[in-house]
Amino acid sequence: MAAFQGRSCECTYSLIHYSPGLDVDAIFLQIINGLDKGAAYALIALGLTLVFGTLGVVNFAHGALFMLGAFTTVSTQALLTMSMKIRDTSITFFEAYKEVPYLQVWWGDTGKAIIDYAVPISLLLVIPVMLLIGLLMERGLIRHFYKRIPADQILMTFGLAIVLQEIIKANFGANPIPVPAPEIVAGSAQIGSWLGMSDAIVYPWWRLIYFLFSLLVIGAVFAFLQLTTFGMVVRAGMHNREMVGLLGINIERKFTIVFGLGAVVAGLAGAMYTPILPPDYNMGMNFLVLSFVVVVVGGMGSLGGAVIAGFLLGILQSFASMNQVNSIIPGIDQIIIYLVAILIILVRPRGLMGREGVMED
Amino acid sequence: MSKIITSKWSRRDILKAGAASGIVAGMPMFYMKNAFAANYLNDPGSAAAVTFGFNVPQTGAYADEGADELRAYKLAVKHLNGEGDGGMIHTLKPMSLKGNGVLGKKVKYVTGDTQTKSDAARASAKRMIEKDGVTMVTGGSSSGVAIATQSLCQEAGVIFMAGLTHSNDTTGKDKRRNGFRHFFNAYMSAAALAPVLKKNYGTDRKAYHLTADYTWGWTQEASMVAFTEAIGWKTVATVKTPVGAGDFSQFITPILNSGADTLILNHYGKDMINSLTQAVQFGLRDKQVNGKDFVIIVPLYSRLMAQGAGDNIKGIFGSTNWHWSLPDAGTKAFVKSFGAEYGLPPSQAAQTCYVQTLLYADASERAGTFMPSEVIKQLEGFKFDGAGNGPTEYRAADHQCFKDVLVVKGKEKPSSQFDLLEIVEVTPRAKVEYKPDNKFFAGGKLGPANNGV
Repeated sequence: MAAFQGRSCECTYSLIHYSPGLDVDAIFLQIINGLDKGAAYALIALGLTLVFGTLGVVNFAHGALFMLGAFTTVSTQALLTMSMKIRDTSITFFEAYKEVPYLQVWWGDTGKAIIDYAVPISLLLVIPVMLLIGLLMERGLIRHFYKRIPADQILMTFGLAIVLQEIIKANFGANPIPVPAPEIVAGSAQIGSWLGMSDAIVYPWWRLIYFLFSLLVIGAVFAFLQLTTFGMVVRAGMHNREMVGLLGINIERKFTIVFGLGAVVAGLAGAMYTPILPPDYNMGMNFLVLSFVVVVVGGMGSLGGAVIAGFLLGILQSFASMNQVNSIIPGIDQIIIYLVAILIILVRPRGLMGREGVMED
Repeated sequence: MSKIITSKWSRRDILKAGAASGIVAGMPMFYMKNAFAANYLNDPGSAAAVTFGFNVPQTGAYADEGADELRAYKLAVKHLNGEGDGGMIHTLKPMSLKGNGVLGKKVKYVTGDTQTKSDAARASAKRMIEKDGVTMVTGGSSSGVAIATQSLCQEAGVIFMAGLTHSNDTTGKDKRRNGFRHFFNAYMSAAALAPVLKKNYGTDRKAYHLTADYTWGWTQEASMVAFTEAIGWKTVATVKTPVGAGDFSQFITPILNSGADTLILNHYGKDMINSLTQAVQFGLRDKQVNGKDFVIIVPLYSRLMAQGAGDNIKGIFGSTNWHWSLPDAGTKAFVKSFGAEYGLPPSQAAQTCYVQTLLYADASERAGTFMPSEVIKQLEGFKFDGAGNGPTEYRAADHQCFKDVLVVKGKEKPSSQFDLLEIVEVTPRAKVEYKPDNKFFAGGKLGPANNGV
């Protein structure tokens, strides 16, 4: 103890005995991490830019939709783990109970396996629930603000996000709730060994699954808009709403469905994210700012732009967090995406793939 | 032309009258309670009640911890006013309180929401002091918030009884005469953990630190680096992470090929839950590096955090200020009372807040006033027992409580939803004590007491 009486705090901060070089393994790991982050950013921003591109609504409740998707998974898990209470005799100071899930009591290992797959099972629930929430939101609130100025839309949707957050907090508490991935994909993939590189290169299975899932959903949304008649009408409506209306098409109804679709995409992104980040009521707000940066960098209302910006910012953030980079410019990891956003907007004011006339009147 | 002034008062008469007036004026100082009336801010005077201010995070990342703190405060007020079973009032020794309020006044309280933000916490505490007339503000959950509120209370002239705050700076460079901390600190955590880590993991380890980028994280990291290096460990890197980062994957991937075989997570609350969960997902706990099993250490643990991290905490070492499973009479009385009231055991945050409220009330009772300078005299150097941590002392030099520290481990087979941490060792006070001029705590002065007038 006495040895430390005279030591200063400052000296300990710089004591780094081992500093690995910027080797291929480290770069490879950060590329994978960047792609993984980028896919998540792109998926989360996709619904936001979709709604903006079609309805022209700046939806600050988008983060709340992401959070509601995650809590639909939490609810599914709670439903599957509904338990019978057995008196816990190990606690003597008040009447405490142990909880054993009914599924486990009734079906033993099969019940246990069903509980283990709570996240994938929840996706079946997330799609209809989020579609319903999206439709109700659009019909009940958003449509009344189509002709209002963006500031009104922002205030209304932001207020709605706070209300939704508080409802979730009142029901689920403020602490993060653990939602594990299925046991079979709980560990890490030995990517290094597969590619003949260092054994140190591993990556969590669930993050790889999330990456593939993001690509799948992004691809499905693109296919829906590019290859279906519905998508063609929506794209025409995005380009010229009045003209499509004059052709006798009820574009408003189609846009309502698009809002629902945006909510489903946000909800799926949130549901699949639960094993990565234990959900809490505030998780949506954390992603909201990021989603807007992605949308602005990609170009307001551009789906392709959101995807490219998502990957670009994900990779940049990952590399900026490397110790070697941070030792040259301390704190760069925390500002890199905003710095790049400023640079891109200075060079291309409409973002990477922004259309002329969007948010310019 | 001068005029001779004559009076029937002689010099002797005037001296007698002066002495008599002095005695009469001074009498209340010796024989009456509240004799310091109007000499300090928010003096309740002859009012029937005194008001305390409970400033806790009711929204934001530590809202659950704040809710538990508030439960404890409300229970303390009940016990002070003679309601309920009295809890620790029966076990704390010495004890002047009788269960009839404080100084014969009923205790009332107001609450505020810190939102775990320094500016919101200061605004809330200011409102309590200026509008609600509190004599004492208490609360915590973040060191940044506690330090900001402590400083405000010093400037305003009321007492601040810190809740959960673990940074060395609270009673180090940012200490104040009007502020007191019962909770332990980062230095004590490191001092208690190091011998246990040496025993379990040996002396040849390479540690990588991920650290929350604010006052608590910095002091926790500095303390852990110093104590682990003293047992022979090497520090590979110390990386600061933004508070509330959410996804820590970009900070975890560099660990994989860093050569480190130990990860020390200087994170608390939601950050700790997220970083630990993600570190486990990256397979760190299954790795073998330098011929050893990779291990993770969480220097500051809480049961509420353990619940959030789920199975990931199993087998992980950390430290805690107190745990509900301790066998002493004070703990038993408090846990029984809290459990009967709320149906769950209290957290360490709840315990420290409950004890702080009783200690302040007791000190005021002994002082015979709520005047900060007199209450401070009663708390400085105060030695007590029966509050759940064994014999404890509020050191006069820095207003830090010195007591035993618990080293805990995530339980492999929990017997209930509350039974998540296993006590590995109760580190005696002598092993975690330091001199007031220790450089980890250097740079600040308590300064004079402020009565706010």
